[in-house]
Amino acid sequence: MKKLLINTAVSAALVLSASAANAAEYIIDTKGAHAFVNFKIKHLGYSWLHGRFNTFDGEFNYDAEKPNASQIMVNIDTTSLDSNHAERDKHLRGKDFLNVDKYPSATFKSTKITFNDANSGKVTGDFTLHGVTKSITFEIDKIGEGQDPWGGYRVGFEGETSLKLSDYGINYNLGPASTHVDIGLFIEGIRK
Amino acid sequence: MVKNTPLSYGFVAITLHWLMAITVIGLFGLGLYMVELTYYDSWYKGSLDLHKSIGITLAAVLVFRILWRVLSVNPKPLGTNSKINQLAHTAHVGMYILLAVIVVAGYLISTADGRPIEVFMLFNVSALDFVFDDQADIAGKVHYYGACILIGFVILHALGALKHHFIDKDKTLTRMITPLKED
Repeated sequence: MKKLLINTAVSAALVLSASAANAAEYIIDTKGAHAFVNFKIKHLGYSWLHGRFNTFDGEFNYDAEKPNASQIMVNIDTTSLDSNHAERDKHLRGKDFLNVDKYPSATFKSTKITFNDANSGKVTGDFTLHGVTKSITFEIDKIGEGQDPWGGYRVGFEGETSLKLSDYGINYNLGPASTHVDIGLFIEGIRK
Repeated sequence: MVKNTPLSYGFVAITLHWLMAITVIGLFGLGLYMVELTYYDSWYKGSLDLHKSIGITLAAVLVFRILWRVLSVNPKPLGTNSKINQLAHTAHVGMYILLAVIVVAGYLISTADGRPIEVFMLFNVSALDFVFDDQADIAGKVHYYGACILIGFVILHALGALKHHFIDKDKTLTRMITPLKED
């Protein structure tokens, strides 16, 4: 019995230390809602329609000393789409667009991050949307970094990219001006 | 003869019956058609506005019809099989319930973000003060599947009427077209 307890304790300790080593340094502050996944698409070519995904989570590694070792992972709940119009949201969640019953999440996982200077860089990674995974590259900017007033440490980034809807198997005809959607990621990470 | 008698339906019940029959079947067709329209169809917006306007009107007529039925004498079934009479009665009540569920669900789709429903560009029906999670999506499923089940009931109901007319050769169908004269 004693031996069993010791074994359990040892393996628990091993698991804990292993997860600590792999854990991301920053968790995206979705709890305090200092992070946004926004999108915008042209309406008829005459104006912009804005929307966002209200539910997502993610984490990243970043160290200003070795920024090219950074990594990020974001998981978006596609059912949380919100364009401030329930009927339109229902249509966008349906089979004509995101088909969220079948594809309830979209994910992004970086494969390479390169900073040109202290505050700007490029992220390449695999983006999965509507069941289709593609490698995308987009530019990011660091907004700022430092202590927060409540004893924590934060860093924030933004990045934006344009996706062709038909690349992801979304072929509903919204008109020639609306073939692409711009996705913007605005995140603040809290260091663990 | 405006009111029902134990023998026959009156003109009010007959008019309500056929008016709503045409409206319900029309709305079902319009609903299936409008969701297939693409963004650049000129009727993409108009079809939806019309569906909602007719739907709200139907809801008002439904309330009146249910009140009329509850407050009226109901003609006795002409069929002699009590089990089939019971089935027909269940189908009638089922259709009233389904209609109510479908119009409420339709209302909840369009008002899920607090926007009112504009009826024939004449007046607005306000949203309720509360919304629930995924309201438009849940109400949408109820609205769609409810309508499909209702149409199943309508087909059953129509087949029953035809059976009375052609097989039983009774006046079940004809008394829903013109009131029977009292003997």
